[in-house]
Amino acid sequence: MMKSKADEEDYWNSSKCNAFTFDDTDDEFSRLKESKKAVSSIGTLMGEDGEDDWEKFSWSGEPVGSISWSVKEMAASNQKTDREPAFPKISTETPPLNKSQSGLSLSSLFKGKGKGGNLQSFSDILGDSSLRLYTPELRKPKSEYKDLVGDWSAEETVQRLQQGKGVSLEKFRSLQDKLLLLDLAVAAHDGNAITAVLIYLKRTLCKEVLFRELESRTTALRHFIHYLTETREQRLLLELLRALGRTEDAALLQYKEYKSITDENKRRDFLKSCLSLPFAAEDAAHVLDHYTLLERQIIIEAADRKAEREGKVEIFQKFPRKASILNMPLITTLYYCCFYHYTEPEGTFSSPVNVRQTFKISEKQYFTTALAARAKLKAWLDVDALFNSRNWLGFTKKKSPLSFQRVVDILQKNSAPTHVLQDYVGLVSDAELRISLAQKHKCHDIVINTYRDMKDRQLLAQYRKKVEQGSPEERKIDELLNNSQIRWKN
Amino acid sequence: MAHSARRDSPELPDLSLLKRLVRDQLIYLLEQLPGKKDLFIDSDLMSPLDRIANVSILKQHEVDKLYKVEYKPISSISDQLCFLIRPRIPTVKWICDVVNADKAAGKYRRYKIIFTPQKFYACEAVLEEQGIFGDVTTDEWAFYLLPLDDDIISLELPEFFRDNFLAGDQRWVRTAGSALHLLHSLFGPFSKVYGIGRCSKMTYESWREQVEEGDQKPRLAEIGNVFLIDRDVDFVTPLCSQVVYEGLVDDIFRIKCGCVEFGTDVTSSEKSIKVMLNSKDKVFNEIRNEHFSNVFGFLSQKARNLQIAYDKRQGMDIKQMKAFVSEELKGLKQEHRLLTLHISASESIMKKKTKQDFQELLKTEHCLLEGFEIRECVSFIEEHINRQVSMIESLRLLCLLSVTENGLLPKDFRSLKAQYLQSYGADHLLTFSNLKQLGLLVEQQPGETLTVMESKVGKLVNDRTAGKLTDAFSSLAKKSNFRALSRKLNLVPKSDEEYDLRVPRDMAYIFSGAYVPLSCKLIEQVLERDGWTGLEEVTRLINGHEFAVTGSSGADFKPKSDAQRIILVMFLGGCTFSEISALRFLGKEKGYKFIVVTTAITNSSRLLEALLDNHV
Repeated sequence: MMKSKADEEDYWNSSKCNAFTFDDTDDEFSRLKESKKAVSSIGTLMGEDGEDDWEKFSWSGEPVGSISWSVKEMAASNQKTDREPAFPKISTETPPLNKSQSGLSLSSLFKGKGKGGNLQSFSDILGDSSLRLYTPELRKPKSEYKDLVGDWSAEETVQRLQQGKGVSLEKFRSLQDKLLLLDLAVAAHDGNAITAVLIYLKRTLCKEVLFRELESRTTALRHFIHYLTETREQRLLLELLRALGRTEDAALLQYKEYKSITDENKRRDFLKSCLSLPFAAEDAAHVLDHYTLLERQIIIEAADRKAEREGKVEIFQKFPRKASILNMPLITTLYYCCFYHYTEPEGTFSSPVNVRQTFKISEKQYFTTALAARAKLKAWLDVDALFNSRNWLGFTKKKSPLSFQRVVDILQKNSAPTHVLQDYVGLVSDAELRISLAQKHKCHDIVINTYRDMKDRQLLAQYRKKVEQGSPEERKIDELLNNSQIRWKN
Repeated sequence: MAHSARRDSPELPDLSLLKRLVRDQLIYLLEQLPGKKDLFIDSDLMSPLDRIANVSILKQHEVDKLYKVEYKPISSISDQLCFLIRPRIPTVKWICDVVNADKAAGKYRRYKIIFTPQKFYACEAVLEEQGIFGDVTTDEWAFYLLPLDDDIISLELPEFFRDNFLAGDQRWVRTAGSALHLLHSLFGPFSKVYGIGRCSKMTYESWREQVEEGDQKPRLAEIGNVFLIDRDVDFVTPLCSQVVYEGLVDDIFRIKCGCVEFGTDVTSSEKSIKVMLNSKDKVFNEIRNEHFSNVFGFLSQKARNLQIAYDKRQGMDIKQMKAFVSEELKGLKQEHRLLTLHISASESIMKKKTKQDFQELLKTEHCLLEGFEIRECVSFIEEHINRQVSMIESLRLLCLLSVTENGLLPKDFRSLKAQYLQSYGADHLLTFSNLKQLGLLVEQQPGETLTVMESKVGKLVNDRTAGKLTDAFSSLAKKSNFRALSRKLNLVPKSDEEYDLRVPRDMAYIFSGAYVPLSCKLIEQVLERDGWTGLEEVTRLINGHEFAVTGSSGADFKPKSDAQRIILVMFLGGCTFSEISALRFLGKEKGYKFIVVTTAITNSSRLLEALLDNHV
């Protein structure tokens, strides 16, 4: 399985930064390869009993019989039933009172007194043996049950909340009492208790008063915001943020709703409606871009889907689209346009140049994307032209906003052939880097020429061993080595 | 490790006790719902549950079928349903839907929700609102602590990080306090507790209150000291690429609950395999803390030794051969398997890292840590974004730039943010908002006084130079806290010295000698000084909340006893495998043993993924 990739090895070793890197690994790596061979040879040595032992040693994290395994099996066996319809509609009629309801509802906890027939005092409840199922805490000896019916002070109430015990908050009716309760819960640093009090305050205080009091209580406020986020009470949350003057947060929160809209036209319209929200200045520009992009994607998608279906445009036949362009990032869209619509006049929505101008894409970014897209199509002439485009003096010198090393990298990742790579490797100005890249990509000519220019006979002689026997490269090296005109430095 | 360990290292207490306790409690809870029942399990509880129980234990207690919570209508036909879940509102809402659907269909069943590790009032409020309070019974399974290894305990609460640090919700403080309390009653009494960070302080308080509420039986301490630390004290460390074997495996393959799934590229067969990674794997145990560059050498040596051991058979007579087969062969074969596996994993790591230009990435990280060639780093990050290379990786570099430089220059911030949104999608506006709130990715605030001076100087030179000056001034204006900390604590060793990774001289080896993790350095310093004295400047830069307290119940407090050299380090908000490796190294150097308790194992990807806003 070890494909001895000399290039990887070379690359790994080619780095110049010494102290902090994986240096020396080439040595180790080749040793590793040897040991790998050694170990696998042992495998054949040991013969037949290699395979079946895999299960015995319990290092397969999920041996048969583990819980995860079992759940997966269940899921597999249930695949048919999985397709049951969604939840049936629940009748809006009041359901009959459940006889088995064993008392202790949260409302009775909070309210203390229930309504009419529902009224059950704590002592009633506590006599009920079914209560034993409730919490471990309630399984304690009877004497401790007395605790529950007591008249708790705010401090005691918070303490019980912290311990996860049942407690009634209903007696805290004055604003002062409510806030005392809240402040005590905050002082106890128990988020669960803080939220419990907040749920009670939300129910028993009007919004205006609650918001006003929360404004000066940062910790409680953050808990409240988180609670509303989790329970998805979007409207109340927006009101709260606006009341606090946090308009930018409110705008973002509202903007976020677009994620739940799947229909692209509705989504576009929603984004349009977001444009007037009070975003921070720079964010407003991003949201506008988002809207403009989706609008444009909808147009491009409609046109291209049609073109693809009709089968008249060659490129869609040759390279069928893998996915719709809707909701893709801008750069992906640009890549798409460079791929399918490269030569279109500037006036069209799908022209790369038009996209670039509309969204003020930087030169470097445009160049990088166009390069990758054209290389993917193996349109080497286009690739070449990208470098010559600024060549207005008539020279054919190649220029790039990207380092040539990176250019080579991008071309190579798009599996450019050696003769193409060679042109760009040759343009890397740093000799050492050029050689290492050339070696990595087997651009022999460049290596040979660079060594020749360096007048380094020894390195050239060494390199002779790396090229194929009888190849033109080998001949070229021999010619050079025998050339008495060159003054070798070694 | 190659270096000599202090021989008097104390023995670690037996953490498997924790597993037995929670297993018994689970069984007890299942018995509270007698008769056959189907069990629904939260998907992220399955692996932790697997570590302490198995299907046959559940079956013994009349669990009929097992399902994963999937937020869909259920197909179970059992008349008793038990839900084993984390206390999360969406999950409770789903259960309400299930119960209400049954009601509508006139189906009668018994329901039980077991919240673990505890229930929240907010969840109960949902039950009440949905009109099913009383139709379901609820219970708590105090499964606080899962030992992942001899010296690692996890709370398996990855959401702790986001809830506490981003949302500012302190719901897990009590949980952390209870977890500490459990350890205290099993392995305490603790004599000293050190800590830093707001959450640490609150956790300490919660723990202290719980100690006061209950009564501790006098016992001989097995763990003497405790160190609590908030994740936001040190964001730099988890943002760095891991290069120690275990951390690297986690970064690449994602270790889940102490178990990793190696894909077909590693197994070189059709099946992927799951492997437990812990000290029981002898080969892994020897390389887990090693810098990756040493792993090859080690594995080669191991392979040679193995060859020699096998070769012994050559000249054996029958009797000797018999002894060999019965005594040595099994061990050799197991070692052989482990070796094959880790060699293949190393190969796969090597390939993946070569593909993604790891060398360049590391170089950029090291420059950022050192504060060297920052402009080059910025353009590297820019190109990274332009090429649409991994979204998380780009974000990681941006955050690392921000935390080491105390924010990005305003023009860099604006341009990089715009390019990021262009490359990875406009919805990351929300991600940026989160990162800003947490302080992970911010804009530098220009220093007032310097702005005045700058404009004066600016008038004297042309615009181009003025631009450069602005850069220079802004970097002067706000000296990064990280840089100051780095100097004070000597976190970045001088780069001109050779660092021999084979013979690590300090904890910096876990980052190729480029950086001593701040979190671990603090622990080292505080233990050495027995408190925070002399570190005032450091704590000021970190923004304080440090404490060091000595317990009064020092009845069996013997300063020289072994327990005093066993230190429990609790990371609130997660810790990385690299940090654990660094602490193991520190322990060997100083004769301590560390037990790491963490709310979850984290790494740069998990940390940042928790801050994305990708749910609707």
